[in-house]
Amino acid sequence: MESLTTPPPIRRLPLEGPEPATQVVAPPRDPGNGNGAASPAPGGFTAARRSIGAPQFSIRRMEIDDVHVSYAEREAVKGVSLPVRQGEVLALIGPSGCGKTTLLRSLNRLTELTRTATMRGRILLDDVDIRQIEPTALRRRVTMVFQQPNPFPMSVFDNIAYVLREQGSRRQRKRALEPKVHSALERAGLFEEVKDNLNHPALRLSGGQQQRLCIARALAAEPEVLLLDEPCSALDPQSTQVIEDLIVKLRDDVAVVIVTHNLQQAYRIADHVAFMYLGALVEYNSATSLFGSPREPRTQEYVSGAFG
Amino acid sequence: MELATPQAQSPSGPVAPPPTPRGPAKGAVEGSATWRLSDRIGLAICWALGLLFCAIAAGIVAYLFIQGIKFLRPSMLVTPATSGFTEAQSGGFSDAFLGTLIVGAMGISIALPVGVGVAVWLVEYGRPAALARITESTIEAIAGIPSIVLALFGTVIFSSTALAFLSRTSEGVVFGRSFFAASAMLSLVALPLIVASTREGLNAIPQHVREASYGVGKTKIATTRRILLPTARPQVATGAVLGLGRIIGDTAIVLVLLGATQNLEPTGGPFPIDYLRGAGTTLTNFVYETSPTGNLNQPQKAYAAAFVLLLMVLGLNAAADVIHRRARKAGTWSH
Repeated sequence: MESLTTPPPIRRLPLEGPEPATQVVAPPRDPGNGNGAASPAPGGFTAARRSIGAPQFSIRRMEIDDVHVSYAEREAVKGVSLPVRQGEVLALIGPSGCGKTTLLRSLNRLTELTRTATMRGRILLDDVDIRQIEPTALRRRVTMVFQQPNPFPMSVFDNIAYVLREQGSRRQRKRALEPKVHSALERAGLFEEVKDNLNHPALRLSGGQQQRLCIARALAAEPEVLLLDEPCSALDPQSTQVIEDLIVKLRDDVAVVIVTHNLQQAYRIADHVAFMYLGALVEYNSATSLFGSPREPRTQEYVSGAFG
Repeated sequence: MELATPQAQSPSGPVAPPPTPRGPAKGAVEGSATWRLSDRIGLAICWALGLLFCAIAAGIVAYLFIQGIKFLRPSMLVTPATSGFTEAQSGGFSDAFLGTLIVGAMGISIALPVGVGVAVWLVEYGRPAALARITESTIEAIAGIPSIVLALFGTVIFSSTALAFLSRTSEGVVFGRSFFAASAMLSLVALPLIVASTREGLNAIPQHVREASYGVGKTKIATTRRILLPTARPQVATGAVLGLGRIIGDTAIVLVLLGATQNLEPTGGPFPIDYLRGAGTTLTNFVYETSPTGNLNQPQKAYAAAFVLLLMVLGLNAAADVIHRRARKAGTWSH
């Protein structure tokens, strides 16, 4: 009966072969076309960045301090330290099995659902160790969006209302929740599309709409940090673009951490990028520097597509 | 009944124009004519067995329909059985009909909460693992125990003095036969079906849906109540309906644990309790007793009662089918 625990991730050694899911090299384009934001990168990262220049401001929300996460004997994350700031998008990149999803899940203690998982090190949320915070309270402040769109099998309205209804409190009237539901949908850029069918089942929405509903759901709790685990990998390019625009818009209100397999995506939307390899943090830098002039040879190889 | 033959293959989606035919004509359709002889015989046997099965099922239903319509009078459903030597004198089977409804309702109202609870525990908690394994095999064992054995076991339990309040006691001897006793044991007949069906429903929910609920700060119990059980509701309902069919179709437990009578025999107590503590009968018991093997031997009544029973079971199966189909129409997640 393992179904409630997360099965230990199947990990492939990244050096076994190229990963088909990883999009590595874009067709080389005229380097002058990159909206002037970045110096042309060796891997052909010349696409327009959506978040241009340095963020206007940034507030340190979370502090990851020498975090180790192990599944039974296997150490999946080996001593990672990173800041998570509101006002910018932090992307975690790296080959499959490098521990980036595990790190993301440890930020709101979802790793604890895996019985064999243990964590060492400290993660601070607004200067409070997250182990001091009750998990359900923490997960309302650090919410998560998953790879597969997973709206609950109820109406669009109820999906958001479910999050708003506090545990154990009396069920609030629909009318009372309405403004909050609407504003969550608006922040996720979905309200205009669904305002006439708030009572329709959420699973009838398109994949991209479902994923934006999941983002709306995550925002409804008014979190300080939003975690996104490959949110676009199950979506078509058009929906991906809508969601990328949305993520960049959100970074002012909430610290955004995104795990992505898609280097182009990381380049397009992230302000800072952390490259992880075999559980360790190899390089953390601004997106332009990490893709344009990586310090570490490993990073250089990865972003130029030497391995995936 | 659609047996797939190779000819039944239809291309799905747009198909490129066929290339210039090479070899035998008729394009890419494979016919069994090119098969080895043994394979063709095997296919023929499959066909024949399928048809035979359909014929048997149709035969039973058709025969019972004919007999049932011939012998069933609506008055039988409201007239209790009386002792009489001829079919005309012996009344109807209203008590048996009521008895079937009572054991069905009571049995399922025990089995449903217990079964759903066990399934939720097995799928969502299941710790310690050893206990979960034991529970699993226990459920399987119950599913495999012949109901007559369950019935015999029931007599031991319900004849004990501690449970005397559930049946009639005369001269210090606990009778041990009542609707309480029969329903309790009958619920065990339905339990494995409900557990299996609920587990199937819960297991079909992808893990990331649970995590999405935990990921917005919901507890396990809230997730189970508000997300998982509503999602699994069609499967729970299917299990309950199939379980109900098994309960009203069971004979052995009723025969042993409900008392040898064709009437409801209330014992002391306030209104519904007096009937539930008393002995009674069900349609299956009635059919058994009125069949040529039974003590009453009135085959016309047996056919009439069997027809009613058959209609009930067919109705339940149709209901399970409808639930299933409706559930499939609603959207679901990708895993």
